[in-house]
Amino acid sequence: MIANAKKQFLHDADEHVRDTGHRAFVQRALGGYYTSRDTQKARYRDWEHARDAASLAKWSAVNRLDELLPRFVANFEANGGRVHWARDAEEARRIVLDLLRAAKARAVIKSKCMTSEEIHLNAAMEQDGYGVVESDLGEFIQQLRGEPPYHFVFPCMHVRRGEISDLFGKHLGTPPTDSPEELTMIARRHMRRLYVDADVGITGANFLVAETGQISITENEGNARLTAALPRVHIAISGIEKVVEHLDDLAVLLPMLATAGAGQPMTCYNTLYAGPRREGECDGPEEMHLVLLDNSRTAILADPEQRDSLHCIRCGACLNVCPIFKNVGGFTYGTTYQGPIGSVITPHLRGLADWNHLSGASSLCGACTDACPVRIDIHHHLLHNRRNAARTAPHWLERIGHRVFVAVASRPWLFATGGAAFRKTLWLAKKLRPPLLRDWLASRDLPAAPSRSFRDEWSRRR
Amino acid sequence: MTAQGNPAGEMSARDTILARIREALRVPAPMPHFQSQEIEKGHAAGAKSSTGLPTLAVLPLDVAKPWLPDGGETPAERLRILAENLEKLRAIVHRLPDMTAAADCLFALARERDWKVVAYHGHPLVEPLLSGVPCSTLRVDVDFDKNRLEACDAGITACESLVAQTGSILVSSGTCGGRALSILPHAHVVIATVDQVVSTLGDALHQAQARHAGRLPSMLSFITGPSRTGDIERILVLGAHGPKELILLLVG
Ligand code: SF4
Repeated sequence: MIANAKKQFLHDADEHVRDTGHRAFVQRALGGYYTSRDTQKARYRDWEHARDAASLAKWSAVNRLDELLPRFVANFEANGGRVHWARDAEEARRIVLDLLRAAKARAVIKSKCMTSEEIHLNAAMEQDGYGVVESDLGEFIQQLRGEPPYHFVFPCMHVRRGEISDLFGKHLGTPPTDSPEELTMIARRHMRRLYVDADVGITGANFLVAETGQISITENEGNARLTAALPRVHIAISGIEKVVEHLDDLAVLLPMLATAGAGQPMTCYNTLYAGPRREGECDGPEEMHLVLLDNSRTAILADPEQRDSLHCIRCGACLNVCPIFKNVGGFTYGTTYQGPIGSVITPHLRGLADWNHLSGASSLCGACTDACPVRIDIHHHLLHNRRNAARTAPHWLERIGHRVFVAVASRPWLFATGGAAFRKTLWLAKKLRPPLLRDWLASRDLPAAPSRSFRDEWSRRR
Repeated sequence: MTAQGNPAGEMSARDTILARIREALRVPAPMPHFQSQEIEKGHAAGAKSSTGLPTLAVLPLDVAKPWLPDGGETPAERLRILAENLEKLRAIVHRLPDMTAAADCLFALARERDWKVVAYHGHPLVEPLLSGVPCSTLRVDVDFDKNRLEACDAGITACESLVAQTGSILVSSGTCGGRALSILPHAHVVIATVDQVVSTLGDALHQAQARHAGRLPSMLSFITGPSRTGDIERILVLGAHGPKELILLLVG
């Protein structure tokens, strides 16, 4: 399947691009986001400079991970939490399953957690006989649909309300409705008992605060709060790169995450957890576990040029503004992390040879880089990946092509003759439509060749 | 559990990952191109750490303060900004002169909304209001039955602080009745005094750190408006899993 990741991408992209109804639907869904994002950005006294500060907070943490990660772990454990290290997805799954077994879990409730998607946790849990319910509304809908998230912040943004109504009718036996409000209430009612009855709650983490040993979780619905309040055991799963040094770094990062990603002043609930229930507190889990996942993050860390892609706070802004994402849709990527940042990091996480085609899934317009609250140089990293792929395993055609070009371009007389020949024969390409150009010509007109070269024109006008 | 089953394996995962990190960081990353002079200067002034990277002479929040949204300098400004933000967030705010007025307000809310049971915690701002409510009450300070809390119409809590900058309400498990009281009932009523209003998120965090001096509560949560979702066609719906209504009784 992986060997065909590129073919799959091209096939799905082609299909999606033709589905104008779907594209219009996704565009409309994002329409409100652009307005509210701009309104919220305007509340900053200087958004561009604030991005510097956000970038500084992540840069100084990621580049001192050797010092800050152990410091975080020591403080988290001092707070009564337990840390489990996972080198890869397989190890992370095993840790979680062991924890579930030890907790004698019967019912598990989960709030949105992209790292758990990354390690395919749900499938592993189901295989071991644990029922698990996704409590985030979008994730719940995707779980019922048997699909991965379409967008890592807006998981079901591609689904129409009618489809959701049918889905709930089928799985929950509720009457049809086309009101988003009523559909949300159906999920709310369905879920309430599940929080109370679950013995284990699984969440992600957005930030790990080194100086205090707290984990920070950002969400709008309140499902993560419930997941970390009611079950007896709380398991959080996080990538190792989520560390920040100071608690007050969050005073910069939390509002910017909300504004960039969803056009909000702050996400509705931003919650810091320091271990399980304390003495003197009236509720909360008896145990809190944190799974720290590497899964090739250290490979990105080892590339100083692209290390800053670990600054990503998963706000989703780069997806929302990406012309490619909007045209090919989230599923086409075939990755856990879609859009521009997904295209940058997936080749590191899953192999450049199989995933380099994502580096081409960009118009290099730079909209992603402009949108990124922590100033990751996203579109240049796509170029870096292309260069790295060309270095390691260049396509034979590119290799020959470049050699020919270098030979011609470094000899002015040859360049002039070649150019003249090219101008004279360009019409032939249109007529013959050779296989190499056919795809390109299918949706474009070939312009007529000018009669003179640029150099001729230059010397005439001087 | 890993600790029981395979302690050796766990140790080695930790050591492997930390070794990979140390190895990876041997080559320093270039400094990002900051636009701001303050940060560039701050970096130049910082000493070098063991990895050859400058340690921070500037803290992100310190430099960001003048760039982030305004939280107001004076108490009056803070109150105005807070009220504006809460309104946009669709929280309900009642400004009340004193605790008697607050008690009357809570009474009226319970009547209007036909609340049958409200949950609360022992706190000098909360308890006095509960004596007259026209419904039954559940106190959650000590162990309580979460099934009973689930059936409550409203949770009534104090808060740590109110943040003008973002319209956020900071609650904690230590001082606001635990973790579930402010999230499980269908409505959340917060009782606060005007002197609890701070300007920025940073101020709220510093205040909490000072108040709990080295022993932070197991949960600190910034609540910014009633629970919401946009998951269905990106259309805003209030009351996804948490409270549909967030009501602030602001005294003073
Ligand atoms: S790369 Fe930047 S814009 Fe994209 S999700 Fe990450 S933080 Fe947001």
